[in-house]
Amino acid sequence: MFEFAAHTFANNRANGDKGDSLTLSINARAITVAPGVSVAAAIAMAGSIVTRRSVGGAARAPLCGMGVCQECRVTIDGRPHQLSCQTLCADGMHVQTGALERAA
Amino acid sequence: MGHQVNNTDVIVVGAGIVGAACADALSERGLRVAVIEQDIAGGGATAAGMGHLVVMDDNAAELALSAYSVALWNDLVGERPQRHEYSGCGTIWVAADEEEMDAARVKAQTLSAYGVTCELLSPAALYAREPQLRAGLAGGLLVKGDGLVYPPKSARILLDRAMRRGAITKRAAVTAIEDHGVVLADGTRHQAQHIVLAAGSRSSALLPELPVQPKKGHIAITDRYPGFVRHQLVELGYIKSAHAASGDSVAFNLQPRPTGQVLIGSSRQFDTIDTAVEPAMLQRMLRHATTFTPALAQLNVLRCWTGLRAATPDGLPLIGPHPARRGLWLATGHEGLGITTSLATAQLLAGQMQGESTRISINPYLPRRFHV
Repeated sequence: MFEFAAHTFANNRANGDKGDSLTLSINARAITVAPGVSVAAAIAMAGSIVTRRSVGGAARAPLCGMGVCQECRVTIDGRPHQLSCQTLCADGMHVQTGALERAA
Repeated sequence: MGHQVNNTDVIVVGAGIVGAACADALSERGLRVAVIEQDIAGGGATAAGMGHLVVMDDNAAELALSAYSVALWNDLVGERPQRHEYSGCGTIWVAADEEEMDAARVKAQTLSAYGVTCELLSPAALYAREPQLRAGLAGGLLVKGDGLVYPPKSARILLDRAMRRGAITKRAAVTAIEDHGVVLADGTRHQAQHIVLAAGSRSSALLPELPVQPKKGHIAITDRYPGFVRHQLVELGYIKSAHAASGDSVAFNLQPRPTGQVLIGSSRQFDTIDTAVEPAMLQRMLRHATTFTPALAQLNVLRCWTGLRAATPDGLPLIGPHPARRGLWLATGHEGLGITTSLATAQLLAGQMQGESTRISINPYLPRRFHV
């Protein structure tokens, strides 16, 4: 399994991640990260670990980091409920988290 | 649930929305009530449905009962709508073609004549309200006073209200109905002046002579997509399929939950009490729904389940005394309209039991119409 993951990262690098860094926006704020960084990691690097809000408005953040807990869901390029821990950053990606939503 | 059932005036069998509403209405009139439920209060058909509060007008009796009950719901929900997870979203009956638009016009006349506020929608007005609907529809009818609740919570609220007036609840399976009494699975017998059978699709298992038959339905719920649809959407073709007396059918029915989730219905099947989700029927229902709102196919479905509606041959519930058994009252057979009509059912039943005049005629719902 780990070998598979490493292989995937290697492929990502080979398939056109341009060099040493890429830039995406998180809640309209630009952030530059190294290729191979997950969206969940980029969100944390941007200063807030909040990914989404519960129905009651409580802040939620990644728990399992392996695609099971569903707490890391964010909107990526307009598509809601994407698992940020299972998605690699891409250049020009737009990520919207629940950090700016109001608590109920 | 563990109290002894004694010294009560009424034993209500079943703590779904209908039984809970009856317990509430009867305790409000000063009767001592015991409610017997074999599972969790509100855990049967009450929890399985969509919680749509909808005025239906397939016939005059259905219109009278549902309109009366929606008015009672508005009073109950009142200023604390969030307790019931209430939403006054209204219903849009969607017309696929001119024939269905004609049906919408007839429906508008019927409802307006009864004092129900509604508005015919041109295609432009329809798409302004529901942009996710596919192009080429003929229009629709908006019924503004319709809404929705989360039924198990509402059942619990009604039951709690009854319990604050002294009603007791007992968790037990009823295995037989006797004159003025019930027998429980542990063999004990419990007597009361009045027995109310509000056991939904299980009613005919206790009383085989009842013309109540289970009608299975599937529902799916999505993740949260706030604003995907804004009203309860039902195809006008629903009427053609909803009251069919045999065969399997699906109809387009979407509901925006206050959480932002979307409930997807609907299906109906006879001749089964197996509550397992059937992939073929689910697929048929979802495919049909996406013909009305194509973007639905992009949403994540979180969960699917089924429930059993208690269907009668004429689509109207059984509300009133059993024609042949002493001390037995029926409040069952509400099919897919039980959440809506529960509150009016309870008023009609309690009114009959106490010899009061009722706000609408009880005659169309009396069990004796089936000569059971």
